[in-house]
Amino acid sequence: MSATELPVCEIENPVMPYLRQERLPHIWCPGCGIGTTVNCFTRALTDSGMDLDRVAIVSGIGCTGRVAGYMNLDSFHTTHGRAIPFATGLRLANPDLAKVVVYSGDGDLSAIGGNHLIHAARRNMDLMVVCVNNFTYGMTGGQVAPTTPIGATQTTMPYGNFENPFNLPFLADACGAVYVARWTVYHVKQLAKAMLEGLKKKGFVFIEAMAPCPTLYSRRNRLGDGVDQLKYYKEKSKVVNGADTKEVGLTFQGDITVGKFVDRDRPTWLEAMNEHYTHHFGDRYTPYGGSHAQD
Amino acid sequence: MHADPKGVLTGIHFIDGDHAACEGALAAGCRFVAGYPITPSTEVVERFAARIPLVGGMFIQLEDELASSIAIQGAAWAGKKVMTVTSGPGLSLMMEHVGYAAFTETPCVFVDVQRGGPSTGLPTLPAQADMMQVKWGSHGDYEPIALCPNSPQECFDLMIKAFNLAETYRVPVFFMMDEVVGHMTERVVIPEASQIEVVERKWTTKKPGEYRPYETDESLVPEMVKAGDGYRIHITGLTHDERGYPAMTAPAQDKLVTRLVNKIRANADKIVDIREDGVAGADVVVVSFGMTSRVAGAAVEAARAAGLKVGHLRLVITWPFPAKRIRELAATVKAFVVPELNMGQMALEVERAAAGKVPVLTLPHAGGTVHEPAAILAKIKEAAQ
Repeated sequence: MSATELPVCEIENPVMPYLRQERLPHIWCPGCGIGTTVNCFTRALTDSGMDLDRVAIVSGIGCTGRVAGYMNLDSFHTTHGRAIPFATGLRLANPDLAKVVVYSGDGDLSAIGGNHLIHAARRNMDLMVVCVNNFTYGMTGGQVAPTTPIGATQTTMPYGNFENPFNLPFLADACGAVYVARWTVYHVKQLAKAMLEGLKKKGFVFIEAMAPCPTLYSRRNRLGDGVDQLKYYKEKSKVVNGADTKEVGLTFQGDITVGKFVDRDRPTWLEAMNEHYTHHFGDRYTPYGGSHAQD
Repeated sequence: MHADPKGVLTGIHFIDGDHAACEGALAAGCRFVAGYPITPSTEVVERFAARIPLVGGMFIQLEDELASSIAIQGAAWAGKKVMTVTSGPGLSLMMEHVGYAAFTETPCVFVDVQRGGPSTGLPTLPAQADMMQVKWGSHGDYEPIALCPNSPQECFDLMIKAFNLAETYRVPVFFMMDEVVGHMTERVVIPEASQIEVVERKWTTKKPGEYRPYETDESLVPEMVKAGDGYRIHITGLTHDERGYPAMTAPAQDKLVTRLVNKIRANADKIVDIREDGVAGADVVVVSFGMTSRVAGAAVEAARAAGLKVGHLRLVITWPFPAKRIRELAATVKAFVVPELNMGQMALEVERAAAGKVPVLTLPHAGGTVHEPAAILAKIKEAAQ
């Protein structure tokens, strides 16, 4: 067999039906962890049994911001940092949607979009937020992010970062998220399960997915390639479900606490509004929501 | 089609411009508003928040203007007619999302109750100094539409027109009030719903698979769908092709940006809305808009009483600008006079259209109050000489 006559694979990759195949190949670098999170997301969608015509995905800007563009769902690639408020409008204006997922990076969600993150969590807006945390701004060439651990070198922290990073699960927990989990792209089964739980959960769900950026973060810090980062995740991760989020902050190549940290219930913004207005207006008020609103 | 009676408060009211603007939006079918408090616009959303629970719709006060101006676009793609409301400092924050609306062709209305600027400026006092910001404020090339009401009645009437234009052309539409128009209380007549024409969104009749989000016919305006209907659309602020997919090449950019500006430029004659009073045979034509048009009207009457041949051309819609009409008049008049509550913004457009044929006398005012009619009269007399 010559090099040009590759065997035809009869089995389709199960991820393919979820992707806009005409848009492939994707832009992500070899060893990047974003694609792995997408794989987990497709598994969660399969397992959820949801009508995919009623699942929408919203991204901001950046490498992870490109996820929306590859998913074969109603998908919106919005402005930098504003995926959550766009998704808020989409969610509230069409309660018939089964789920609105926000899929974006750590810089997009916690720096430029940080204000929206905390307020959507406070309101318990019914959104599942997947935050792919690669500790850097990949699309723009590896600048310091609010998640960059102290000591890591970035192009705008050329002598090493001295700024205190966010502990994202603690932030989401403190602001009122009803579901908070962290996994790495080494933990594909657990990450897919968290996404499945997130899809089924009503209210503000925050899932942090630690992912390697071999091209920028790893290279500048001499951490090897994507596989080396997976080895790091494997060796240094400890599963502590229900961990106190105050204690799960990350350090440069230090121990990683993963797990489901928060799973609680409180009314979503829309449920609270409907309940309040029903109480206030009585029969004059028609609860806001579509035909599938109670799904 | 006619307005949904649920949103129409038929009757004779004595309300201010902010409240009338809210009623106009409700009558137009607006069912989703996101906003952030800012003087002198807040009464618009306060009334909407009070009215909407029983009309059937949604108001949410968000954490800032960035959130408000993009949340409405999420709601538009969920199928609602949408609006956000602000004043100068908030409008500055919204500019990136004006560009997003223009590029993704998301129908939405931005209400700007103008106050003195720059920066925090004069929160409680009027200006008309955001006219160029709404034309040029977001980066890149696009063509917005802007309407300038001069009374509470027009805040109602023109708001319906603003929504209809947003739906017809799928562009961000600016509703350019000012503090005086917003807080002035007058008689407002709201007709029966059956008397109010509203434009429905240009929904596609194509099936999923056949539909391409940015495919257009000669109207240059694509058909729309909403999330959840099974079309699996992709919408991006990147330069995109007819499928809505990123296409970051010079030819794709040329094709898309050219269509976006042409859908307004080619329809400018249809969109332009001017009110002319005694323009034929006039030596001097006063060009005004918004609150200033009422002051200018008094000055024009006084000038006529003094024997001068003066016309008044009021811009009800400032963008697109009626360049063609100004060009025609430049061939017959001796001069234009342009009073406005800014340091000379729309006067630049009059000068551009007049193209040096006749003088354009500006009457700038930094804002904080309106012009004295006597000042406009003096400028008319100067122009007539």
